[in-house]
Amino acid sequence: MAVCVSVIAKENYPLYIKTIPTENELKFHYTVHTCLDVVEEKVSSVSKSVNDLRELYLGLLYPTEDYKVYGYVTNTKVKFVIVVETSNTLLRDNEIRSMFRKLHNAYTDMLCNPFYTPGETIKSRSFDKLVLQMMVSEVQS
Amino acid sequence: DKCVTRLEQLGYRVGQSLVERFTKDSPRFKDELDIMKFVCKDFWTTVYKKQVDNLRTNHQGVYVLQDNRFRLLIQIAAGKQYMEYAPKYLAFPCGLIRGALSNLGMNCIVTAEVTQMPACKFQIIIQKS
Repeated sequence: MAVCVSVIAKENYPLYIKTIPTENELKFHYTVHTCLDVVEEKVSSVSKSVNDLRELYLGLLYPTEDYKVYGYVTNTKVKFVIVVETSNTLLRDNEIRSMFRKLHNAYTDMLCNPFYTPGETIKSRSFDKLVLQMMVSEVQS
Repeated sequence: DKCVTRLEQLGYRVGQSLVERFTKDSPRFKDELDIMKFVCKDFWTTVYKKQVDNLRTNHQGVYVLQDNRFRLLIQIAAGKQYMEYAPKYLAFPCGLIRGALSNLGMNCIVTAEVTQMPACKFQIIIQKS
């Protein structure tokens, strides 16, 4: 039930964004864009506190009426954002975590493709497939 | 000279990819030194099967990595006859370091230096943005 999955480069421009087809896809773009501030805040606050876990997974960024936004930042400052519907209560933190893990794995695999230039929009088919699967399989569960 | 540049570029690209893979399970880095330590320990171990022997810094953005038995040079280290080829062998590792660091958010210039064959030094100068 992920309704939107996106990858944002370290310079904060989108590398990849996929949403479920709705009439207001733009809204998701907007949501993802606004969450970048929260990501920034979380990352910088974490680095200040001394004995923190310093995890890559940032957890719930912020809930809105209809959606929950989750974030993840890799060591190379690439951000992953997953938006899920609030109505979906099946998804626990653990599931989201494993989704991000899968997404990160797919991203690294994609980056290791010598034909991909870092910083380019992601067009990889296998990456696309994984994201689609993430959005669909969750719908069924 | 052209081939040295090309090798360096190849190394840069590989470094970028490798670092993305290697840092997948490590916690977020605290600061610059933390990143350098990662490069000297984990990164070097995975790529060259040993750690960097010595890491020095002046705390102003210059780091020197010293490897006393650098893997790419061991095979040609007997005698002095291949000394002139050493820079070619070191171009790729230089790029590797530069790629790794730049993907972790540190832009830098990396140069290598050999005095006694299997040992070599990498000097890293961080560019302040």
